[in-house]
Amino acid sequence: MIEVKSLTKQYGNTKAVDNLSFTVEQGQIYGFLGPNGAGKSTTMNILTGYIAPSMGEVLINGHNILDEPEAARKCIGYLPEIPPVYPEMTVEEYLSFAAGLKKISKKEQEEMIYNVMEMTNITSMKKRLIRNLSKGYRQRTGLAQALLGYPEIIILDEPMVGLDPKQIIEIRELIRGLGKKHTVILSSHILSEISAICDHIMIISHGNLVASDTPDNLVHLMKGSEALELTVEAKETDIRRVLDGVQRIDSCEVKPSDEEEACDVILKTTGGTDLRRKLFYLFAEQKMPVLRMQQTRISLEDVFLELTDNPVAAAGQKAETDKKKRGLFARKGEKEE
Amino acid sequence: MIAILGKEIKGYLTSMVGYVFIAFLLMVSGIYFTAYHLKGAYPKFAYTLNAVLVVFLIAVPILTMRILAEERKQKTDQLLLTAPVSVTEIVVGKYLALACIFLIVVLVLALYPLILSQFGSIPYGETYAALFGFWLMGCSFLAIGLYISSITESQVIAAVLTFLALFVCYLMEGIAGFFPETSSASFLFLAVLVAVLSFLIQYWTKNKAISGIFLIACEAVLIVLYMVNATAFEGVIQDIFGVFDISGHFSEFASGIFDVTGVVYYLSIIGVFLFLTVESIQKRRWS
Repeated sequence: MIEVKSLTKQYGNTKAVDNLSFTVEQGQIYGFLGPNGAGKSTTMNILTGYIAPSMGEVLINGHNILDEPEAARKCIGYLPEIPPVYPEMTVEEYLSFAAGLKKISKKEQEEMIYNVMEMTNITSMKKRLIRNLSKGYRQRTGLAQALLGYPEIIILDEPMVGLDPKQIIEIRELIRGLGKKHTVILSSHILSEISAICDHIMIISHGNLVASDTPDNLVHLMKGSEALELTVEAKETDIRRVLDGVQRIDSCEVKPSDEEEACDVILKTTGGTDLRRKLFYLFAEQKMPVLRMQQTRISLEDVFLELTDNPVAAAGQKAETDKKKRGLFARKGEKEE
Repeated sequence: MIAILGKEIKGYLTSMVGYVFIAFLLMVSGIYFTAYHLKGAYPKFAYTLNAVLVVFLIAVPILTMRILAEERKQKTDQLLLTAPVSVTEIVVGKYLALACIFLIVVLVLALYPLILSQFGSIPYGETYAALFGFWLMGCSFLAIGLYISSITESQVIAAVLTFLALFVCYLMEGIAGFFPETSSASFLFLAVLVAVLSFLIQYWTKNKAISGIFLIACEAVLIVLYMVNATAFEGVIQDIFGVFDISGHFSEFASGIFDVTGVVYYLSIIGVFLFLTVESIQKRRWS
């Protein structure tokens, strides 16, 4: 378990990480999502003890990363953004050095190195110099290094970068598998990657945690409702009359459509209620043909963009959005207080 | 620590660097050995060691330039610093690797007196005391090289700075000779030194009170001491410069004396620079 309390890292006048607090629970896959320069790598570097925070503290399984660095780091396997491999070593030599560094006993080393090479699919490369490996294989060698010793917590900084689509699927499967036994934290600025594997997403922007929830909740709760789009062949007033009788509609927008004598309707429903069937019969009874009906989901992309875009404006509206987010991500909100 | 030691030694012995260092030192010592002892039939091996000293200026930077700078450049320090080992272990492991590589040279040199013994009697005690001093001195140079490698990312800069540092140490005796030995000159020198130190304190701590108090207190003590006993100041400049005269401390060993102060001096130099290396790595994590 990782506890991060009001973490701040300041480089000169710029705050790379600003008062970040969160808790990472056992046995889940967490995704750090944020645009470039959001402070993802800095946060990860602090979590692993590579750099020290300016303020705040990090507890890894109860061990403070600064006071008991060795005990804390023993629980962590880390793959940094640039895989920390030595080009002049072979894959096998490198892994055996890393195993020695992690103080894994000689007896266990051989089997463990074999296992992690199998897991990351680099066994065929074990005698090759890392210098001669492609980016993808280097990445996987670095990943194998992070897995050595089977640490409880595995932190991966942009693990998919430089992999081809097939490898991405393989690594994704591997990380999913890891998530069953280990706690995995991975970062990415690519949304689809994160939403595909993570149980929990933390969106970081300008060093702040702007949201933290499961991918589904993020989508559902961001707007609190889903939109339903219809094209109905009828007059605007008639349509409004029909809709007035329907409950659980938050807002409705009716405007003339491109199609002749028809109107476009955009409905927002409360709590994601599905009104499609009801509306179909209602309009049918009134002899108003429904030409088109489509349910639109707010994509994670929209959530991401909304949360990370325009930080200045966001800061201005902070009170308002905070209230909103607190409501949405109530669990998180309480912790932040 | 053992893992790092093993990795570094292996790294040196599977690449050119280790061999270049060993070969360079052995080649030059071989030339002097042939000239002084085999041709000149001079029995004191320390003479060769003294002559080889200058080769350190080039050989040490070759060995030490990449040891930490490279890790930083390739970001492999992330592996070391996030592994469950302390920074001290990393630094000591790396340093021991340097010392071991140099030990190979010293062990080969240890055979030379045995060769000479075929032609006459050799003062073994003196010779090996000199060789021991030679190893310690080399290890001190390596500690300086290690430290300089830790402050930069660039191997080239590390090599050049190490060369300069060793060169200045090598010339220290001569530099000290430029300054007068009189007590007034020493007093002035110390007064300036204190001013520079207080300026540095001001720069580091950004605290005018501390640096101001330090400046005033130290200058006052100096003035009082100078009033009480001016003759004690004689030659202080030379003493201060003498601290950096690393090769100068070898002369006692070279003349066949097992100089305990020299041993302590070299061990202190090694200790101080290893400490500075650890601190410079730590500092970077905090900045």
